[in-house]
Amino acid sequence: MDPLSVRNQVLNALKSIAPEVDPEQLPGDRPLREEVDLDSMDWLRLIEALNRSLGVVIPEVDYQQVDTLDKLVAYLMQKEKTGGQAPSIGSR
Amino acid sequence: MIEFKLPSLGADMDEGTLLEWKVHPGDAVKRGQVIAVVDTAKAAIDVECWHDGTVLQLLIDVGAKVPVGTVIAQLLEPGESPQSARRTATPAPVPREVENLSAQRPKISPAARKRAAELGLDASQLQGHGPHGVVTLEDVEAAARVAPEPDRNQAMRHTIAAAMSRSKREIPHYYLSETIALDKAMAWLQAHNAQSPLPERLLPGVLLLKAVALALRDYPQLNGSWQDNGFKPAADTDLGVAITLRQGGLVAPVLRHVADTSLTDLMRELSSLVERARSGSLRSSELGGAGITVTQLGDQGVDSVLGVIYPPQVALVGFGRIGERPWVKDGQLCVMPTVVSSLSADHRVSDGHYGARFLGEVRRLLQTPENL
Repeated sequence: MDPLSVRNQVLNALKSIAPEVDPEQLPGDRPLREEVDLDSMDWLRLIEALNRSLGVVIPEVDYQQVDTLDKLVAYLMQKEKTGGQAPSIGSR
Repeated sequence: MIEFKLPSLGADMDEGTLLEWKVHPGDAVKRGQVIAVVDTAKAAIDVECWHDGTVLQLLIDVGAKVPVGTVIAQLLEPGESPQSARRTATPAPVPREVENLSAQRPKISPAARKRAAELGLDASQLQGHGPHGVVTLEDVEAAARVAPEPDRNQAMRHTIAAAMSRSKREIPHYYLSETIALDKAMAWLQAHNAQSPLPERLLPGVLLLKAVALALRDYPQLNGSWQDNGFKPAADTDLGVAITLRQGGLVAPVLRHVADTSLTDLMRELSSLVERARSGSLRSSELGGAGITVTQLGDQGVDSVLGVIYPPQVALVGFGRIGERPWVKDGQLCVMPTVVSSLSADHRVSDGHYGARFLGEVRRLLQTPENL
């Protein structure tokens, strides 16, 4: 999948949790949870939504690597390339 | 004959507007089935039936606003016939607001009335362009295009204002706080989440809720309500959970039997509750009867929260941000994940010493997360 499609998947998942989000206004390099005001439950739902749409499981230890929109997209691209399965034990 | 009354929709909501009937006269209904949707100041609520039976009569119309406790439908008990029921039944008290509504009810098609209620429009103020001046669906849609949106935020603020003002007026609060080390709890949680499939991942908040519920068993004076100048202890560990809504305001629906529920089930129930609170599809059975409320503001980054008790409850437990802080352990300075817990409690029912022992019990329970 190309970066734009992955980005759109992320934005779709975000919109299902925070319908008021304007993707145009969302900076890619700022902390996502702060920008969109996601609490820990929202964040977990986002992770679950991305698992459903892209088949990628993001383990908790990797949360720091995906704290902005740009980093999240890059992370998902990479995991997709390696077969959609994160090499973590969280993807049983 | 069963007189079905509009159930309590939470302590701060004393009336509701009927948006939709989900059943018709003659329908068989089961306990737990959603039979109506009612709008309150805070959200639209699915009203569940508490009996098996058959719908005999629906007593209020879509759009009617009635107080909690009003008989809104009559049901036949299993085995009862309409004839036998009518012989024994007393006439249902028709609430005054409904009388007014029917006296001045405009000529309006049922579909249009339903749509007007959905849109929050006052049907009696609409201009009808149908045959004989009947208000049609089209008239409603046209009115909706020009009418301003009903201000739910304002209604929400009024509701919160009323409950919180009553709390501060009537309840002599005392406040305690204690910083709790969470190294064991967080390590246990990390290990659990690393080896669990995604749907079984737990949030730290679930451990905190469970610890509060277990501690309440030993400290019953914090779990219950103040009614008729006295304390009425709660029968179970039903915890209200303060949930912030994205559009502003908050609701505090109830998690039941928390002390007897596994962490995985609690997580599932909590996440369903949060999702439905935010999408506006809570059920009436989830809104009343909590014996205490727990509020967690840690995601917003604050260190602690000293909350306002939700009347008629007698206590509220707050948790701030879980974060790494300097800590002394075995005489050594170290870095420790901690959370500041707090208790706001009603001094008419308990004293500071009792409340302090309760928080101590919460702390003790969180040191053995595997037993939660």
